[in-house]
Amino acid sequence: MKPADFFGESGLIIVAGKGGVGKTAVTSAMAVAASLEGLRTLVVEIEGKDAMASMFDTGSLDYAELELVRTAEAHAGVRARTLTPDDALLDYLADRGLKRISNRLVSSGLLDIIATAVPGIRDILVLGKVKQIERAGGQDLIILDAPAAGHAISFLRSASGLADAVRAGPINTQAHDVLELLADPARCRVVLVTLPEETPVNELIETAYSLEDDVGVALGPVVVNGVLPELSGLAVDPEEAARAADTHLLEGEADLLRRSSEFRSARRSIQDTQLQRMAEELPLPQIHLPHLFTSTLGRNELESLAGSVLDGISALEAGGGA
Amino acid sequence: MSSLATVVTNAEVVICCGSGGVGKTTTAAVLALEAARRGRRSVVVTIDPARRLADALGLEGLTNEPRAIEADLDGDMYALMLDTKSTFDGLVRRYSSDPDQAERILTNRFYDNISSALSGTQEYMASEKLYELAREGDWDLVVVDTPPTRHALDFLDAPQRLATFLDHRLYRILMTPTRGIVKAVNVAAQTVVRSLSKVVGGEVVADAIAFFQAFEGMEGGFKERAAAVDELLRSDETAFVLVASPKADTVAEAGYFAEQLDQQGIDVRALVVNRMQPTFGAETAGGEVTTAATARARATTLEGTAIGEHYRALADALQVAEGDEVHLAGLAGQVDPAPVVRVPVQPFEVNDLEGLAAIGALLMVEDD
Repeated sequence: MKPADFFGESGLIIVAGKGGVGKTAVTSAMAVAASLEGLRTLVVEIEGKDAMASMFDTGSLDYAELELVRTAEAHAGVRARTLTPDDALLDYLADRGLKRISNRLVSSGLLDIIATAVPGIRDILVLGKVKQIERAGGQDLIILDAPAAGHAISFLRSASGLADAVRAGPINTQAHDVLELLADPARCRVVLVTLPEETPVNELIETAYSLEDDVGVALGPVVVNGVLPELSGLAVDPEEAARAADTHLLEGEADLLRRSSEFRSARRSIQDTQLQRMAEELPLPQIHLPHLFTSTLGRNELESLAGSVLDGISALEAGGGA
Repeated sequence: MSSLATVVTNAEVVICCGSGGVGKTTTAAVLALEAARRGRRSVVVTIDPARRLADALGLEGLTNEPRAIEADLDGDMYALMLDTKSTFDGLVRRYSSDPDQAERILTNRFYDNISSALSGTQEYMASEKLYELAREGDWDLVVVDTPPTRHALDFLDAPQRLATFLDHRLYRILMTPTRGIVKAVNVAAQTVVRSLSKVVGGEVVADAIAFFQAFEGMEGGFKERAAAVDELLRSDETAFVLVASPKADTVAEAGYFAEQLDQQGIDVRALVVNRMQPTFGAETAGGEVTTAATARARATTLEGTAIGEHYRALADALQVAEGDEVHLAGLAGQVDPAPVVRVPVQPFEVNDLEGLAAIGALLMVEDD
């Protein structure tokens, strides 16, 4: 599948996954990839995390849009902004001519109470604002860094929950607008991220079915982060391998390499088992991103991951997104 | 300075906190297991265990009551999976003046929202369950896995938050819109009700008012309980164990946790760092130090051969390990003098009792 076609399939991609699987890195890499494919991309970060700012080596993200990747020959550009529930609520009230009471609601603490009283209201306000940004069309693609897995489900479910709980009024309208957005694969897809390990894979499978059944949102390919490359040479014992290459090992080095390679092979075997199982239990195509063996991601690493995203998309069958 | 072995031997309550995906649940289960191996009667409260671990702990489905783990231990180990809603229902029954009042609350739609979906409720119920077990149960040690949150204080604040919620002045005004002793208050109340109705719709406000009316008289009990839970969390018999992984972003989050706990005057008793990259003794093998750089150089020279791939695997591992230590340096200083216990990634997945025991052996090493 052509990457430009892939990114053009919907104006909003929601990236979700269990904590610790590298969701923010994948969000960033996808944004860079989309930008390379000519899409003006906006990243929306809703948890106010700083990880993205350090990857792009920019200042902290803020409510106002910040340029992460400048528009240049190769790049259509990536911008990013935060969108916290409080921001969304104030916008919501201002849009409805309620700006004056918004101050009072905030200062009295009543806003907190409303949010407490009507669960999901924070989520629906955020999603409603995302919908508004989507509709305004100031970008070609929005990539939303969703809350961690369990919360992602309740986050996306908030629309249907609120459409029932609040049966009339502006929140109800908002909930219905968001439901419409989520249900339309031409506008919105969810990309789930995992690591090639048992627990994150289990959670991903559960999340995938829950999102499809309960939320009715279209699922894009699964992104597997941190995939170990195959090293077939590890099957040969280090001493034998050294002889074959006409090199000699220092004392104790053969044992060191043996321990290291056995460990690597064991992890790789866990990975293969889990990826195979995921393919069997979940009929979604997989995009594999390589393990980078560094825990500090910077711009270079993101460019490299973006290249892997593009390779992965190119390897997908046409129309195999959902 | 106390090691984790001291903690599982002496503490009455252990709270495992940290961000999501760092192995908190596993660490909590291991600590309960180690206490039981030392002859204590322990129970671990899990929030959202992975399926295989839940199976290993005998937790099929929601089991809000402790279940015994079948294992050959000197003591006993029990586990339960927190059921937020039924814990909350239990609280309502406990503090209602009669079954009718309890019923009115339990069937209120607004209550249903609060008890199942309200953010912070899970944290509150986890601390409530903890209190119930610690104060009313026959346990030597209660270990709690906390819900994944970016704010350590969500767990600490949760009991107080509900108490405040029930006692909110504006709601008290809302509850008595017709009693109108002072007319000005009533006018203000009407404005608030109108504003609220504009935002969320009149129906929600009506449900809310009915809920608070049904709750009348119960706030006192809830507040006392919240204060007692708070006291337990801050007492000396409670040990906070911070769980992290060595990746840059989770280390930053763990640092933030430590800072928040410090501001509350709570000491981190130990820092457990999971998912450390093993180094296979590269520091000493053959009397020479093999570093990521030397291994990488060999891998490059020997590229295309099997031995080159062996060096590449070693270089990858050491590169990660060196990065891990760089990230951890600051955090270790921040929690000082608490011991830092490093748990390497295992060549197997940790999701059964055998795996937990293997991690236990690593956690119980003496202080470094």
